[in-house]
Amino acid sequence: MSGNWRTWVVVGLGIAVVSAAIYFPILRRRVKTAGKIAEPSEEQARRELTQAITQNASDPVVKVKMFWTSSEDESALAPVTIQLALSKDAALRAKQVINTLLAGPVDSDLRTLPPDAALLAFYLLPDGTAVADFSEALATSTPSGIQSEQLAVDSIARTLEANVPPVKRLKILIHGQELDTLAGHVDLTQLFVVDTKAAQQGTVSLEMPVKVAVPAVSSANVSPTLPAKR
Amino acid sequence: MRISNGRLFFRISLISSAIALLAGLPFLVSKAQSPQSAPTGSPAAQQPGAPISTPPYPTIPPPQPQRTALNIVVLDPAHGGTDPGARGAQGIRESDLLLDLTFQVRRALEAQGFQVLQTRSGNENPSFDDRSTLANAQRGAVFVTLHISSTGLPGTVRVYTMPDAFASVATGGVIGWDHAQAPYVTLSRRFGDAVQGQLAQRFKGSPNNSQSASIRQLRTTAAPAIAVELASVSVQDRAGLDRMMPGVGDAIARGIADFRPSYVLPGEAGARP
Repeated sequence: MSGNWRTWVVVGLGIAVVSAAIYFPILRRRVKTAGKIAEPSEEQARRELTQAITQNASDPVVKVKMFWTSSEDESALAPVTIQLALSKDAALRAKQVINTLLAGPVDSDLRTLPPDAALLAFYLLPDGTAVADFSEALATSTPSGIQSEQLAVDSIARTLEANVPPVKRLKILIHGQELDTLAGHVDLTQLFVVDTKAAQQGTVSLEMPVKVAVPAVSSANVSPTLPAKR
Repeated sequence: MRISNGRLFFRISLISSAIALLAGLPFLVSKAQSPQSAPTGSPAAQQPGAPISTPPYPTIPPPQPQRTALNIVVLDPAHGGTDPGARGAQGIRESDLLLDLTFQVRRALEAQGFQVLQTRSGNENPSFDDRSTLANAQRGAVFVTLHISSTGLPGTVRVYTMPDAFASVATGGVIGWDHAQAPYVTLSRRFGDAVQGQLAQRFKGSPNNSQSASIRQLRTTAAPAIAVELASVSVQDRAGLDRMMPGVGDAIARGIADFRPSYVLPGEAGARP
């Protein structure tokens, strides 16, 4: 009798071990999948929030030119024409095109900005100076190098030039701060020329026209324009 | 009789001389009063009221201002220390490779007779301003900052200079440290084109002319300054980059030698805007 009892215990334990061996990898996979769905990154959350603010069903659908990496020359930009609902307000319009730029082209190899970067805030001063505040991912995820950094900045500047004429110059902030460089090379302490025609005519310079005081940044705080302080 | 004739002759000579002197006096006075008169045939010579243009004495032309000769090259291996720069999948670090590249460029430059200074020789990371300070303290120098990208067509080399629009910030007066490169933008572009031309001959796929980019390191450098960037650390192993280095060094040295005759600093005689 005691021998039978021992045999049943051993068989029961054996079945439990085999079941656990089969079930454990399945459980692990489920936990991983659930974790991915439940924990979007902070940057993604910001980006979704910002995009939700700028989308408006009443905006007219127009053709816009987006500047991504050329499929023929990876060191150059090429315009891609797409249809997009754009606001008539210049600051909102700029936010919409930059968010589209961040979303990237169909071919993800041609993107110029890192996928996890987000536009946190955008301001347009009356003199045409735009201040674009991006999340830290723009600085940390842009590949280090003069070519890649300059392409990133140029894609923003050229897209604004093509679609938001009031923007003349661009100042890039990272999480509300002025950084020395984007990823070690391209200078973020200066303004970038957006209106190249005006710059050639000498009507737009890279001098900071006013001392810009940007308030503490919050993705929910959308302030399209700031008054010029002199 | 002979004596009286002699006296008479003496008196006649004396009187003749006096008459001649009196007759010539107005002419001499007028000459003395208009010592600045222009050479015959010039418009000023025909106009009595013409402004004084030349002194009455022979003039020595002022010495020609001495042009500063280009004889120093400041090499800047970028990054270093805690900043490794671009990193490849195989553990290749830009900051390490740049010391080897700098050695090759230095050797080629010294063979051409240039004096070479380096912003770093080991694994340290001077600030942007410290690197610029070394170049700004020299007279007759150019500045070359060396980089290896993390993207781009492997085997190509690009030269960058500050955009032309950056020159617009130098509108007279004292140039601030933050805009030290502004007066040199045009000269830097010429310098960049000379070096890029040499690189394009050796490395197929490289552009023929230098490109524009707002590079922090160049902004505070008060000298003709370029950035040279090799592509890239994304290669499978560093052997390909190692093979490029002597050619890059030689092309940079030849480019600087080509640029040498154009080296006229802003403010010196012959300087172009």
